[in-house]
Amino acid sequence: MTETVFEARGLTKVYGEGQLAVHALRGVDIELYAGEIVVLLGASGSGKSTLLNILGGLDTASGGTVRYHDLDLVAASERQLTRYRRDHVGFVFQFYNLIASLTARENVSVATEISPDPMDPDEALAMVDLQNRGHHFPAELSGGEQQRVAIARAIAKRPAVLLCDEPTGALDSKTGIRVLEALARVNRELGTATVIITHNAGIAAMADRVITLSDGRISEVRHNSNRADPGGLSW
Amino acid sequence: MIISVLDHKLLRELWHLRGQVLAIALVVGGGVAVCMMSLVNYSSLNDTRDHYYRSRMFAEVFVDMTRAPQRLLEDVRALDGVARAEARVQTSLRLQVDGFDDPVSGRVLSLPDEGEPRLNRLFLRAGRLPDSRRSNEVVVIGSFAEAHDLQPGDSLGAIINGRWQALRVVGIAESPEFVYVIPPGSMLPDYHRYAILWMAERPLAAATDMVGAFNSVLIAMQPGAVEQHLLDELDRVFRGYGSTGAYGREDQFSHRFLSEELKQLRTMAILFPAIFMTVAIFLINVVIGRLVATQRDVIAVLKAFGYSNLQVSLHFAKLVSLIMLLGICLGITGGVWLGDAMATMYTEYFRFPEMLFRVPPLPTLAVVVVGLLAGLTGAYAALARAFRLPPAQAMGPEPPPTYRHTLMERALAGIHFSQPSRMILRSLERRPLRTLMSVSGIALATAIVVLGTFQFDSVNLMVHTQFSRVQQEDMTVSLVNPRSHRAAREVVRIDGVRAAEASLAVPVRLRSGHRSWRVALVGLTAASQLSHRVDTALNHVALPGEGVLLTEFLLQELAVNAGDLVTVEWLDGSGERSQVVVAGGTREFIGVGAWMALPELQRLRGHGAEINQLQISIDPDRRSDVLEALQDRPLVAAVSERRAMLDAFYETLGRTFLTFTFVNSLLGGVIAFGVIYNTVRISLAERGRELASLRVLGYRASEVDHILLAELSLLMLVGIPLGWLIGQQLAILLIWLMQSELYRIPLLFTERTLGLSATVVVLSALLSGVVAVRRVATLDLIEVLKTRE
Repeated sequence: MTETVFEARGLTKVYGEGQLAVHALRGVDIELYAGEIVVLLGASGSGKSTLLNILGGLDTASGGTVRYHDLDLVAASERQLTRYRRDHVGFVFQFYNLIASLTARENVSVATEISPDPMDPDEALAMVDLQNRGHHFPAELSGGEQQRVAIARAIAKRPAVLLCDEPTGALDSKTGIRVLEALARVNRELGTATVIITHNAGIAAMADRVITLSDGRISEVRHNSNRADPGGLSW
Repeated sequence: MIISVLDHKLLRELWHLRGQVLAIALVVGGGVAVCMMSLVNYSSLNDTRDHYYRSRMFAEVFVDMTRAPQRLLEDVRALDGVARAEARVQTSLRLQVDGFDDPVSGRVLSLPDEGEPRLNRLFLRAGRLPDSRRSNEVVVIGSFAEAHDLQPGDSLGAIINGRWQALRVVGIAESPEFVYVIPPGSMLPDYHRYAILWMAERPLAAATDMVGAFNSVLIAMQPGAVEQHLLDELDRVFRGYGSTGAYGREDQFSHRFLSEELKQLRTMAILFPAIFMTVAIFLINVVIGRLVATQRDVIAVLKAFGYSNLQVSLHFAKLVSLIMLLGICLGITGGVWLGDAMATMYTEYFRFPEMLFRVPPLPTLAVVVVGLLAGLTGAYAALARAFRLPPAQAMGPEPPPTYRHTLMERALAGIHFSQPSRMILRSLERRPLRTLMSVSGIALATAIVVLGTFQFDSVNLMVHTQFSRVQQEDMTVSLVNPRSHRAAREVVRIDGVRAAEASLAVPVRLRSGHRSWRVALVGLTAASQLSHRVDTALNHVALPGEGVLLTEFLLQELAVNAGDLVTVEWLDGSGERSQVVVAGGTREFIGVGAWMALPELQRLRGHGAEINQLQISIDPDRRSDVLEALQDRPLVAAVSERRAMLDAFYETLGRTFLTFTFVNSLLGGVIAFGVIYNTVRISLAERGRELASLRVLGYRASEVDHILLAELSLLMLVGIPLGWLIGQQLAILLIWLMQSELYRIPLLFTERTLGLSATVVVLSALLSGVVAVRRVATLDLIEVLKTRE
């Protein structure tokens, strides 16, 4: 039996109060297993980013439970959440969010310097095929390269989960595929559980499971018996 | 009125940015307040003086002599250029006030027997003018009346011309002639121990054996008359009557000191605002520029919708103008209030009957315009940068700025920098201009505080030098008439007097070419232990056997150096002159003077071994006994105490000057805070995304704070010492501009000044740091990272 990384039950998230209240999540039950790739699909406002942020310890739920192994993320303090992000979670965002004043290698070091068991920054860059670009600053890298540096930075700490919010959203399809290949390789070689948010259904083929959210609830869960290689995807 | 959407945006943004808006307004307000304070203070005092002189018919030319017959007044009135002339009698006196044991000296002047004087009219605060049929009625000057709480009806004991007389106060008055009331030979007012009295002419002439004669003439000139010409004529008329030489307002004590003080105020009214506004303009420029820069995307969106550059510019001009106006209003309100308060404080020792309050309109307008322009130029530079970008590019995510490895890293290659440290170093080095601006901002803020506070120590040094290095006597006793050295032996026999040294003070006019200066030339005994001259290092300067020592300030004014000859014009009515060689300069900080060896002065005068002053030191426990004994000696004309002068200094010049200084340093502190707060806030705004990224990566809030605070610390580490240096240069300029015959502020930088200025800046930084830390703690990670900046 595969190890469960996350387990959420009856997860709700409400922004605002009274008549102005927005129910972003209306009771979500979900598990995430070690080593799998999950693609979260859904329209804008369906609650997928909210779910990802709660799983990543960037946001807290209004109700229900989320557990990361033994850690109760709903009850965790700000301090515990920081610790959790520091040791266990890697994030990749649509807009890379690299630090412009640091080189690619140094951007990775930002994560490794505070991690208990990091890989060598060069090793992380090699995993995303950027071993020769380590001394370049973000301004000297293309969008796709910047996003791969962001992936290297996210995985260098050997996180248990990698959470990616629209990682290819700002990229053309060819560059996007290279980014997805990097994600697949990390997943394959490190066994990192990976959640990818997208509204691009074409990406779904690379996942073990495809979970669709609509209106704050899970509307569909689909298992792919065979994960597609990202190189063969197109959109 | 229809408020456009843009105006709504404007108001909301002002509210959203309220912290920064307030901080900018404080910088502007601080600069404007200093300007307004100085302007209002100076204009009000200046106008008050002019109005007072006009309404009270203050004379323009004065002559004092030993005794002149009444008929000479007609000769004076007949002189070319004389509009009005009035003769009067005046003499010095000693007073006894019930319940006040210290020696009190003073001057009593005559008023016409009938009606008011036509020149130097009194301003009656209470009571009435004296009746010429009564011999004991006097009007007392307000300063003395207030010091002793005298009212019309009170009585005083007086010794006039050696005779004791009971006087009755019938009025309290002020005179344009005594706006600044100082005992002769002193530089400082002493309201408790020096009085001005007025009596009707008939009884005063009787008491002083001056019936049918006078010893003082007041003259108003005809318009267009040449003063020097008239002075020469008057000297001719009164030659042989013991005239000390006719003089104009410029040499009239009260006017002269008042003018000196106003001159200093004017210097401060120009210099301080100039410095403060320069600093404020610079800072506003930087701050506003950055504020507009953070609105880059908004500008792009507006342009994409078809707003013209002009419309967008106007929008930001409004935003900036509102912020500036807020600061200007704060500054004007605060400055006017402070200026009024300062002027009122000045009237405590400048005896004006009423204070005219004046806000000078043109300079005020100039301050407003300069303030607004400062903000708008800052905004203009930033807008011009924003307009250069096509809207599409400006709306898209800003490309990551280009960075390089820093020189500092290469220089310190052996050291391992953490990534956050690298971020700080590279961002400082990547934008050297901005770093320079931030450092300059901190440096100027430090400099302003230095400029405001160094004077506390300098004034202390000034007083210390004067009263413990120069004047080491406890009391100075003026004698009624020149005496022989026997007087010293008589005084030293008084119980409690430890030593007495004789000296001779002679009124002279020193001339060198067309330059001249009225001063008391003092002859001192060569072995004097009580009265010293000091040099620039504050070491004692020995009295030369030959020649005269002059205060350095006087050397400058007369444009002479050691070895040059000066002409000494004896102001004893003889019209005689002597040539004396300048032996050197001395460096007293207070007053100006001329000194020579007593025997040489006596030889030049040719009146034998005469003296007219005694410097004495006493047993402090026997002070009142000594005073009492001195009061009883008929040869004693007046006694002045060193301690009283020290108190007087702190109470008058010291207090006003230091208050002014204190307010300046306070406003400097406000500016310092405004600058640093804005530096931190802008840095926070520009770094928000990076800081949020670090937080997402698992950096603790405290680790992220480190980046902001360490950067600020680095800036301060360079900025504060630089500020000390700039402050020192500004202080040198200030001291140079402020030197006057009243006092010269020495340049002194103590650890306290440096420490205080650094503390103000560091405190501002800490306060701003707290704000930054709170911001980092509440940073909305999701919001910051999902949306592009």
